[in-house]
Amino acid sequence: MPVDFLPVFLMVAVVSGLALFIFTLSALIRTDNPYPEKNRPYECGVDHVGEASAGLFKVQYFVIAILFVVFDVETMFLFPWAVVLKDMGLFGYIEMFVFIVLLLVGFIYAWVKGALEWEF
Amino acid sequence: MDTDLIAASVRASSPEIIVIIGACAALMLSLWPHQDQQKYLTWLSLITILLASAQTLQLSPRPVNIVETTYSGMFVVDAFATYFKMLLYLGTALTILMSGKFLQTEEAVKGEYYVLLLFALAGTMIMVSGADLLIIYIGLELQALSIYVLTGFLKTRGRSVEAALKYVILGAFSSGILLYGLSLIYGLTGSTQLGVLNSALATADLSEPMLILATVFLLVGLLFKIGAVPFHMWVPDIYEGAPTPITAYLSVASKTAAFAVLLRVFMGSLIGLEPLWSSGLAAIAVATMALGSLVALVQDNIKRLLAYSSISHVGFLLLGIIAGTTSGMSAILLYLLIYTFMTLGLFAIVILLHRDVRAGEPLTLFSGLAQSHAGLAFMAMIFLFSLAGIPPTGGFFAKFYVLVALIDAGHVTLAVIAVLLSAVAAWFYLRLIMLIYIQPAEPTTGSTAAPATGPTGHARAAILLSAPMRLVLLFSFSGTVLSGIFPAWFLAMARQASLSGLGN
Repeated sequence: MPVDFLPVFLMVAVVSGLALFIFTLSALIRTDNPYPEKNRPYECGVDHVGEASAGLFKVQYFVIAILFVVFDVETMFLFPWAVVLKDMGLFGYIEMFVFIVLLLVGFIYAWVKGALEWEF
Repeated sequence: MDTDLIAASVRASSPEIIVIIGACAALMLSLWPHQDQQKYLTWLSLITILLASAQTLQLSPRPVNIVETTYSGMFVVDAFATYFKMLLYLGTALTILMSGKFLQTEEAVKGEYYVLLLFALAGTMIMVSGADLLIIYIGLELQALSIYVLTGFLKTRGRSVEAALKYVILGAFSSGILLYGLSLIYGLTGSTQLGVLNSALATADLSEPMLILATVFLLVGLLFKIGAVPFHMWVPDIYEGAPTPITAYLSVASKTAAFAVLLRVFMGSLIGLEPLWSSGLAAIAVATMALGSLVALVQDNIKRLLAYSSISHVGFLLLGIIAGTTSGMSAILLYLLIYTFMTLGLFAIVILLHRDVRAGEPLTLFSGLAQSHAGLAFMAMIFLFSLAGIPPTGGFFAKFYVLVALIDAGHVTLAVIAVLLSAVAAWFYLRLIMLIYIQPAEPTTGSTAAPATGPTGHARAAILLSAPMRLVLLFSFSGTVLSGIFPAWFLAMARQASLSGLGN
C-alpha cells in the first residue's frame, strides 16, 4: 500500500529541507573569500597532479581498497559479536573462528602474493 | 542457539563445506612454488570433488521423497539437489582433467585456476540446494565471480580479457534484473523462502501488475544466465574468448545449475503463476531453438558454433519446462546429464586439436581428422551425432523424452516445431562430420609450415593423448554411448530425482 511508505516520504522531505536550510543559512552568514588554493579539491594535503580521468592508476590503490573492505567488514562483525559473546557461549566463539580462519586464508594469499607491498 | 539444529545444518551442507575447505587448501598449496605444483593441485581438486560426491551420496535422502530442510528453511537436501550435485561434480571434474594440458600450452599454469573452479563448484552447489531466493542468489554470484576471473584467465590474450569484461558487465546487469525480481517478490509475499512463496502465491491475483512485473524480472534474470533468446548475445562472444576448458565448464556446469534454479523456482514455487509465464516461455523456447540452429549454420569458428549449438539445446530444454509435468522435468534432468557427456567430450577433442589461442579455433581444425586420427575422429562423430540427436546415441533419447513429455502435455505444435528445428541443427553437426571424414586436411597457411608433410598434405602436429585426456574421453564417450543403449536406466535415475518434488 502506498500509504505505508508515507514515513519514508516524510523522511526524504525532512532531510532535503534540513540540508537546504543548513546550506542557505551558512551561505548567508559566512564570509566569502575564495582564492585558488582554497578552491582546489581536497587531497589530504598532497598536491594533485592532472586529471583523474586522464592518467593510469596504480593497481595497488585498488588492491588496498579491497583489502580494507575485507577487514572493515571483519571489524563490523567482531564488535557486535564481542558484545553478545557471553550469551552465545562456546558456539559463538567457534563460529567466529571459522569466519576468521576463512579470512586468514585470503589474507595469507594476499600477503604472499605481495599485495601489501607498495612498489614505487 | 539450538546446537542440534546447527549440527544438522552443518551436516546437510557438508559437501559444500568440503569443497570450500578443499578450495582453501588448494589456495594455500598454490602459494608453494614447486615444479609439480599443477599435478598436486589437480589431485587435490579431484580428491576434494570425490570426497564431496561421496558425502553427497551418503546424505542422499532414503527413501527418495524425504526432503531435509536446514538453515531455517534456506537450504534443502533432496533427491533433486543430489542429482544435480552429482552432475556438477562430473562436469567440474572432467573440466579439471581437461585443463592441465591446455594451461601448459597457453603458459597459464597458475594455482588460482583450480581454486576458482572449486569455488565456482561450491557456488553452483549452493544454487541447486538453495531453498531461499537470497541463498540461490549468493550461490549464483559466487559461481559467476569465479567464472568472470576464469574467463579472463589468459590475461595476455586480448580475446580472453575482452570476453571477461563483457561477461562481467552483462553478468552484473542480469544479476541486477534478477535481484529486482527478487525484491519485488519479497515485497509482494513478505518472504524469500520458496516454500512460503508457494503457498503465498497460490491465492494471488494473477492480474496484479506488480506480480506480472516480478515474474518477468525473475524469468528474464534466469533466462539471461542460461543464455536463451533474446538474452543470448553474450554467449558466442564469451564462449569464443574464454579458455576452452572454461567454455566447456560454462556450457555445462553453469548452465546445469541455472537450470536447476529455473526448475526449482518456476516449477516449484511459481507454478501457481503458470498462466503468467508459460506462453511467453514457449515463445522464447521456439525463438531460442530457431536462432541457435539457424545462426550456427554460418559460423566458421568451432567455439562460436558450439555456443550457438548450446543456445539451441537450451531452447529444447525449455520445452521440458513448458510440458510442466514430472515426466517433462525428468526429461530435462536426463537431457542435462547426456548434454554434459556429449558436450564435454566434444570440447575435449577441440582442446586436443587446439594449437594456439592466436590461431583461434577455425572449423578447418577438424578437416581430415579421420585420416590422421581415426579413433578421435570416430569419437568426434559420435559426439556430433549425439548433439544432433541421431540414434542410437544418448542425444536422441534426450530429445525424444522431452518430445514425449511435450506431446503428453498436449503441446503437439511445439513438438513438431522442435523436431523441424532440430533437423536444421543436424545440418551443421553433419557439416563438421563431413569435414572430418571427407575433406582432406587443409595445409597450414602459416609460412612456418613445412612444405613436405606427407602424402595427405598434413601439417597437424601429433596429438598427444595424455592420461587425464584419455580419462575425459573415456568418461564422456562411454556416457554418450551407454545413455543411447540403456536410456531406460538413465531415465529411471532422472525420474527418481524429479519425483521427489522440489523441496517444498
